[in-house]
Amino acid sequence: MWNYTDTVVDHFNHPRNVGEIEDPDGTGEVGSMACGDMLKLTIKVDRGRIADAKFKTFGCASAIASTSVLTEMIKGKTLEEAEAITNQDIADRLGGLPRQKMHCSVLGREALEAALHDFRHGSAPPREPEGKVVCTCFGVGEKEIERAILENGLRTVEDVTHFTKAGGGCGGCHEDIERILARVRGEPGPVSAEEPPPLSGPKPRMTNIRKIHLIQQTLDREVRPLLQKDGGDVELVDVEGDKVYVAMRGTCSKCRVAEFTLKDVVERKLREFVSPDLKVIEEKV
Amino acid sequence: MKTIYMDNNATTRTAPEVVEAMAPFWSERYGNPSSAHRFGGNVRTMVDAARAETADLLGASPDEIVFTSGGSESDNMAIRGVLDALEGRKRHVVTTRVEHPAVLAVCRALKNQGVPVTELPVEADGSLDMGGLEEAVTPDTAVVSVMWANNETGVMFPIEKIAGIVKSQGALLHTDAVQAVGKIPIDLSRIPVDLLSLSAHKFHGPKGIGALYIREGTQVSPLVLGGHQEGSKRAGTENTPGIAGLGAACSLARRNLDQEGTRVKGLRDRLETGVLETCKGARVNGKTRLPNTLNVSFEYIEGESILLKLDQFGICASSGSACTSGSLEPSHVLRAMGVPFTASHGSIRFSLSRYTTEEEIDAVLERLPGIVDGLRALSPFVKD
Repeated sequence: MWNYTDTVVDHFNHPRNVGEIEDPDGTGEVGSMACGDMLKLTIKVDRGRIADAKFKTFGCASAIASTSVLTEMIKGKTLEEAEAITNQDIADRLGGLPRQKMHCSVLGREALEAALHDFRHGSAPPREPEGKVVCTCFGVGEKEIERAILENGLRTVEDVTHFTKAGGGCGGCHEDIERILARVRGEPGPVSAEEPPPLSGPKPRMTNIRKIHLIQQTLDREVRPLLQKDGGDVELVDVEGDKVYVAMRGTCSKCRVAEFTLKDVVERKLREFVSPDLKVIEEKV
Repeated sequence: MKTIYMDNNATTRTAPEVVEAMAPFWSERYGNPSSAHRFGGNVRTMVDAARAETADLLGASPDEIVFTSGGSESDNMAIRGVLDALEGRKRHVVTTRVEHPAVLAVCRALKNQGVPVTELPVEADGSLDMGGLEEAVTPDTAVVSVMWANNETGVMFPIEKIAGIVKSQGALLHTDAVQAVGKIPIDLSRIPVDLLSLSAHKFHGPKGIGALYIREGTQVSPLVLGGHQEGSKRAGTENTPGIAGLGAACSLARRNLDQEGTRVKGLRDRLETGVLETCKGARVNGKTRLPNTLNVSFEYIEGESILLKLDQFGICASSGSACTSGSLEPSHVLRAMGVPFTASHGSIRFSLSRYTTEEEIDAVLERLPGIVDGLRALSPFVKD
């Protein structure tokens, strides 16, 4: 059981400003279902100040508390003041977070940044991670890791994982993270016999998170409405490399032409909108 | 606040009878069973009796029982010990993607050392892909390690059928029965399992004691060297209070088996029906299950949040969500079953025991729907 502060528990039990603002001036949606936490922050801006903020969060107690407290922190602030809020500020307001949960505060700050970006530019910030992709499991870029190290004085790979999730999946990027840590902190990095391999190929490779997000989005927007018209549905089960596992629901699960639907509708749309290499496989339930 | 304990697949209440049976071996009966004097010899008598109780529960002979520190040691010893004893004559290991880490981590470590390992997938209902098993086991297979019942979902594998397939290829069969022993009848005089792991604290015995059943004639090299104890299969002075406790727990379990299958199952079914009727977005994970286990996913909400709310009412359960463990990925078991992310992060396991009461089930059913509704109101995925 996690050791949460009374403030975290209070915000978890009595979350402030829950909901979605109708016709918001800015929306920030970060995280993903696959990662286990997702926040949606909506703000109303009036004469350069955040007049109102509401949130919805799918996630654990610390994710809920981080966004709840964030809405309290930004209400009434000028955009510049809000922009200056760091993840550490969020954690501090909660009386601290368990170290393994610091990424919840980072996610809160990202939601705020996304909402402000949306207000200013009328669109969500680019979802591709900034800089080279370091952690492909959770889609974390070099810039984000550098920033977390600098802002929070991180020392170890484990720290970086706690704050950004980078390195928390397959663990294949631990050496890359060590190198970034060493560089940012001005220390000698791990010695490697060969030239360090490039962090990503010449063409930026789509991260798993980005891919799952796009697949989910395409299913929701392009595919499911078509199937739902006939009382059917499709659900994303898992993504492994280019293999997309889906489950057919409703009438689709019993339909004799489901195989056709799978190839002609689901796969075609996903190839069109996400990547031509995708292969859709049905999970029989 | 009263504790409502529904996390019995994690550990169980030590039965008062077990505590009583252990007590003398902490204090006045502290002798070493290996000693030549009667003071130690009297303790040896208890160790022999506990071994016989353990064997009785399994339909085995006392010589086939080796006491260990628990399930994890038994699993490690079974797989590594068998491969060591084979001295490279056969090396292939077959297991499943849903095993307990005590098996999976050993197999993956072996794989990193170059041992060929096959991990079998499971179906959406948690059942084993039997066709896959038949294909995977060949005359080169040294050992197949397949759990009797899954700790997270309670799904039971058909060990008798599996044994038939494995034996027909001349391979050894190990089963991690840590969750099955004491909950369902097990008769090894009828089912040709070669090695079986069990742990006392999963069925009202103490922690830190378990056993590995090794069928007579099966060659297993010891993991722990340095003494003649346990027929030279596991060195170290015996954990005599633990062994007394395991013996008592086995004897109690044998007398309570019918109860597990009827009363406990009845309570579990009542909980299951109630949850499905009253909670939005609930789906049960796993089909053919142990009588005491209910693993249920609540779509679009997160498991740790549910656990924390339950905990505020004194209700103890567990979750396969990523956040609960501090690891960042949800349960490997639910992922292997193809449970979508929308549901695997919100999975809750309720596991009952012979001490669970009807009032406790009703208390959970009273609280849970409100908790689910509250968290759904916060979820960006819920549109109702």
